[in-house]
Amino acid sequence: MTDPGNGNGKGKGKGIDRVVAKGEESGAVLEVDDLRVEFPTEDGTVRAVRGVGYRLERGEALGIVGESGSGKSVTALAVMGLLPGSARVRGSVRFEGTELLGMSDARLSDVRGSGIAMVFQDPMTSLNPVYTIGYQIAETLLRHNPGLGRRPARARAVELLGTVGIPSPERRVDSYPHELSGGMRQRVVIAIAIANDPDVIIADEPTTALDVTVQAQILEALETARAETGAALVLITHDLGVVAGHTDRVAVMYAGRIVETGSVEDIFYTPRMPYTLGLLGSLPRLDHEEDRLTPITGSPPSLLNLPPGCPFAPRCPMRREPCDSTEPALRPVGSDAHRSACHFADELVDTAAGEVFDAVGADTEALARFADLEDDAR
Amino acid sequence: MTDPLPPLPGHGGTGDPVLQVRDLVKHFPVMSKGVVRRRIGDVHAVCGVSFDLYENETLGLVGESGSGKTTVSRTLLNLETATSGSVHYRGRLLTDLSRRQMRPLRRELQIVFQDPYASLDPRISVHEIVAEPLRIHGRYGPGAADEVRELLRLVGLNPEHGNRFAHEFSGGQRQRIGIARALALRPKVIVLDEPVSALDVSIQAGVLNLLMDLQSELGLSFLFVAHDLSVMRHVAGRVAVMYLGRLVEIAPARQLFARPAHPYTQALVSAIPLPDPRKERARKRITVQGDVPSPVRPPSGCRFRTRCPKFANQLTDSERTACVEQVPDLVDRGGGNPVACHYAESVQLL
Amino acid sequence: MTDIGALGPAGTRTPNDDHEFTVVQRSQTQLVLRRFLRHRAAMISLVVFVLIVLWAFAGPHFWHYSYAKYTPDNSQPPSWKHPFGTDSSGYDAYAQVMRGTQTSLKIAILIALGSTLVGAVWGAVAGFYRGFVDALMMRIADLVLTLPLFAIALVISSRSGGSWYWIAAVIAGLTWAYVSRVVRSSVLSLREKEFVEAARALGASDTRIIFRHLLPNALGPIIVNATILVATGILTETALSFLGFGVQPPDTSLGLLVAQAQTAVDTRPWLFYIPGAFIIAIALTINFIGDGLRDAFDPRQQRVRQ
Repeated sequence: MTDPGNGNGKGKGKGIDRVVAKGEESGAVLEVDDLRVEFPTEDGTVRAVRGVGYRLERGEALGIVGESGSGKSVTALAVMGLLPGSARVRGSVRFEGTELLGMSDARLSDVRGSGIAMVFQDPMTSLNPVYTIGYQIAETLLRHNPGLGRRPARARAVELLGTVGIPSPERRVDSYPHELSGGMRQRVVIAIAIANDPDVIIADEPTTALDVTVQAQILEALETARAETGAALVLITHDLGVVAGHTDRVAVMYAGRIVETGSVEDIFYTPRMPYTLGLLGSLPRLDHEEDRLTPITGSPPSLLNLPPGCPFAPRCPMRREPCDSTEPALRPVGSDAHRSACHFADELVDTAAGEVFDAVGADTEALARFADLEDDAR
Repeated sequence: MTDPLPPLPGHGGTGDPVLQVRDLVKHFPVMSKGVVRRRIGDVHAVCGVSFDLYENETLGLVGESGSGKTTVSRTLLNLETATSGSVHYRGRLLTDLSRRQMRPLRRELQIVFQDPYASLDPRISVHEIVAEPLRIHGRYGPGAADEVRELLRLVGLNPEHGNRFAHEFSGGQRQRIGIARALALRPKVIVLDEPVSALDVSIQAGVLNLLMDLQSELGLSFLFVAHDLSVMRHVAGRVAVMYLGRLVEIAPARQLFARPAHPYTQALVSAIPLPDPRKERARKRITVQGDVPSPVRPPSGCRFRTRCPKFANQLTDSERTACVEQVPDLVDRGGGNPVACHYAESVQLL
Repeated sequence: MTDIGALGPAGTRTPNDDHEFTVVQRSQTQLVLRRFLRHRAAMISLVVFVLIVLWAFAGPHFWHYSYAKYTPDNSQPPSWKHPFGTDSSGYDAYAQVMRGTQTSLKIAILIALGSTLVGAVWGAVAGFYRGFVDALMMRIADLVLTLPLFAIALVISSRSGGSWYWIAAVIAGLTWAYVSRVVRSSVLSLREKEFVEAARALGASDTRIIFRHLLPNALGPIIVNATILVATGILTETALSFLGFGVQPPDTSLGLLVAQAQTAVDTRPWLFYIPGAFIIAIALTINFIGDGLRDAFDPRQQRVRQ
């Protein structure tokens, strides 16, 4: 994020080839730098993404966690070049060293699918209801390998359906999307995503609309698909449990920025940003009993006219003087890969959520009065 | 008032049952398309569900989509008419009451809805939303305005904001407004229909704390309907698991999560991702195949058999016959709690 | 409660003040108003329409001729003394057009109010109860829609002696069915909303649900329709009066003025074209206002939200 050095953000000359050796050199397959996305609205500019940067190594799984409105999905759409025309996107997105921002739509289409594939929350948005799923997979295959031929493409489609765990794929290949359940459809989307052996799969809340038992199946299918292609994964979700089991590194987003990033162990066992700590403390756990949860009070800020300072400050129990004036940069804490955007990250060493956040519930005085009236009424 | 029914044996729970559900069935007709619409089948949403809700307890009703848990909650409150079966509230049969006869009982039985956006009328101020139950039941007298302010304060909202409209509040705050509205008549039983599933994690925790405080201080009985097992474990004393219209297991929460006995419960517990990387990677899983079958033509015998890992992998052909032919009863099969599986066996998964 | 200790100033927050938040969202009304104000054609039309209304209702008090009194001048072309000229009997056309506009507007607004009121309740009841009630009520509405409005209006109003409220009542009695269809369709979708179920769970009566929850939420389409009905009303009244079955002399309306001037189109064109222009101006501005309102209420117009 603090790397405006190469000036890619300007990106004005379209079609300028940036096939520099940088990608190979660093081993990163996807590099996002200082990405900023703004939407002009009637009320002013919504700054949905405010300087997001990450590197995705080959074959690695990165989880991006955030609540609604944190900008996690917008970031993914910006990477894919799928934002509406009204959005202003700045910064840099490099896929294997090639700058994607400012690239023409036609060339971007070549990258989408064969280089980076996307899995959305709602499979119906990516499937065409009037074609069979086999046809749609074959189309994707032929789009990037025109020499393949119809019959081999179909055979490959059946194979792919098998890979993602669709039972009797040779029969299912001629089904239409509406004949399949939500879970099956999402498998088909994954099959399409891996059809051209992509280097990166971006999955945006791929299981949010599904039941837990189906979610487990889909996550498994995604793992299989990844093992098959060796693709790196960006898994965007609000579910900390999903991230814990399926990613190597995690970036926590809040108000359009990454506020903490590190290995899954760093994030789950030694969080150094009060927001992350608060999220973990808010989570009811299946694996142990807690007396009381410690919610984060208040609501996320509006991304319209964001005040200066740390965007989490209004909800933060550790808030002090510098928090309201200076927005903290993402800086290393502890291990090298572990970074946190908090002025007081050092104070969070070995701290439990309950030591920072209050277990706020009902207004105790009002509750006592209400209970008294109750007794009177009897 | 009649005497309460005898409580269901082995279901756990202490004290007096307030709400007693027996063999509740709810079918929805499936109509053909076209000009002349004929009934071509039934959605078997709820099939023979029985349970007791005790005083001052939270009973969790958990299940995936299509399990019928929401229909149970609606039918309990007579918002849907039961096809057959009975619901008693403190010994009084609710299922054959007319809407008019039901009205005075609405004071004691309330509901909080899932969607905090859709469940509040957008054209009425928050004060009016919370005051509405008082007005409906003719209790909006002098002092009622203060009562509404007190309710808003109670659920953690600023009482000065009563003149605002629902859209001016965030999701969590709207859900609090819904809770204040449900509390206004000082009910004894509140059905919570997925009260936090539309909320972000950090917001949901505050609402859960609020609900737990209300319950323990006011002695309310909650029927907490949800699909999220982690939330269930946190709030519920006992948990009932539903699958495709039937109850498959009911047990005290601690026991249910420590030693689930029904293969479906086991699969559910296995499927919940733990927010703990080491545990999550090391844990043993029981996974199920496929999706929930259509409730229009549910499988014969045990409804879970089509996806049951035990049925698929462990049972012999002769053992499977029972699963196909006999509906397993919800009875204690030696594990200490009622399970609707012919071959129930407790497994430790966490 | 936990001890925050060295970490931060403890105890400064109450459970209430942290629920203050900064999300900027406008109420439905504010949004509608804002979109409407940005609709240029609608805003200009609104200004023009308001000016016409003011002129028609306040103007006669400041004008030195009455619509019903002869003046010594007859068949005068427009002049400073008679801005719209006079007719062959010596009536001042300016005073007559003011009076005519007033009558036409009164009739049109009464039509809009009457048919909206009846139609909204009719449609809401039908949509709320569905099933048999709905089928019966909507077939009645369909029947009303098939009645030839003109034939009926001609027959009834010819017996009513031409008083303006009778004419309005007759036309409203035949146009409410349009409103009922629109309201029914929006109530059909509103009744499935959870807040309606919530009201039912509180024990609310059907009447309360319909009048307190359903109709207020269907206000958008109701207002849009009412506006368009004003234009329809003006035109229908005009047509009836033109045919001689509407407002009767000595009272007058825009339609009657046009009718009376039809023989003089060539000799005294001002008598024909000026009231005609008013009819067009009113119908046009109201249609634009209706357009503006419809766009303002249209949910598809919602701005980008994050």
